[in-house]
Amino acid sequence: MPSLKALRTRINSVKSTQKITSAMKMVAASKLRRAQQQAEAARPYAERMDRMLRALAASVAGSPTAPPLLVGTGADKVHLLIAVTADRGLAGAFNSQIGRATRNLARRLESEGKTVKILAVGRKGRDYLRRELSSRIVGDISYAGKRRIDFTDAQEIGERVTAMLAAGELDSATLVYNRFQSVIAQVVTEQQIIPAPPPPEGETTDLGGATYEFEPDEETILAKLLPQALAIQMYRALLESAAGEHGARMTAMDNATRNAGDMIKRLSQNYNRARQANITKELIEIISGAEAV
Amino acid sequence: MPTKLEIVSPEKLLLSRPVDMVVIPASEGDMGVLEGHSPMIVMLRGGTIDLYDGDKVTEQLFVDGGFAEITQERCTVLANKAIPLAEVNKAEATRLLTEAEAAYEAADKRDIAAEDSALDAIQSARAMVEAAG
Repeated sequence: MPSLKALRTRINSVKSTQKITSAMKMVAASKLRRAQQQAEAARPYAERMDRMLRALAASVAGSPTAPPLLVGTGADKVHLLIAVTADRGLAGAFNSQIGRATRNLARRLESEGKTVKILAVGRKGRDYLRRELSSRIVGDISYAGKRRIDFTDAQEIGERVTAMLAAGELDSATLVYNRFQSVIAQVVTEQQIIPAPPPPEGETTDLGGATYEFEPDEETILAKLLPQALAIQMYRALLESAAGEHGARMTAMDNATRNAGDMIKRLSQNYNRARQANITKELIEIISGAEAV
Repeated sequence: MPTKLEIVSPEKLLLSRPVDMVVIPASEGDMGVLEGHSPMIVMLRGGTIDLYDGDKVTEQLFVDGGFAEITQERCTVLANKAIPLAEVNKAEATRLLTEAEAAYEAADKRDIAAEDSALDAIQSARAMVEAAG
């Protein structure tokens, strides 16, 4: 049985932990709201971009000079995995599930005889992957200390990937990130970005039999539009991941706060019992002392 | 009948309202879009978008390039950046121009794509300076 004093210190320390976790939960909740709004605001652009891409892709389909961003390099040798994680921990399984998914994917591709390169976005993912796959990491990016993700951040990653493609350093690229489904569910998603997947089926513009004219020509527009579309995909993934991170942290901190509450309850019970036992013991001593006189 | 104009940046939907006519800075010259325009997809250079209600320009925005999709009833502009003309900052624009020119000097002239995009950046920055002045 620990002493009364030890129990008291223990209770106080759990109480202050609980204060911290519940504050973190509140912070995560407000950041989550902001991240969700940002993700919401990015949607119109992405939708219209998809619509334009559909029109363009239909128009250049089968052309032998289609750009590599759209059709790939023709080879299938070097795969780039872009693992998107958070810069901070204490978010449950959020970061490690990305690490695990990336590792499994890398193993699978390597067992098929392909070369794997990894671009780690976020500090936690980099640390995780460095342990086992450090020789495959070709770069890492961290947004630690940044308050919000801008489109230019996504554009930088996009440019980096496009440059690697142009230099022949990769044949295809896959994004691995946590898609925000709800506050309690983040789904690990593997999304191929090069060669560009066919734009999702959706509303096509009804032109009443007419076709689009292009100015300048389709290929010039496509050459500009594709890197932009890539950047948008990156941007969406970053935003989804940011929203997911806050959601995951909120859930994790909620659990931690509850656990701390349970623990405090148990410890206080022990403390009260020990106190009661002490009093009883002292009473017995006094009474038996009085009887002996 | 007005045409429905939308200006969207990756970060948000900036403007969505019907206008009588809109003049957009297409890559090969300014283009006026009225209702019933034939469907087009065009690339934009840096320049000013003029919104007309009736015969008068009611709103002007600077865009730094992008794309536009035009259909008979709608005109959608996808821009990286769109700023109301009144808020364009001359000092900022001049700084961007200097940067773009430096980037052009530094660019590898054998790489046509890089040279082109550097030139585009200069053109866009110049348009911004003009818009501010």
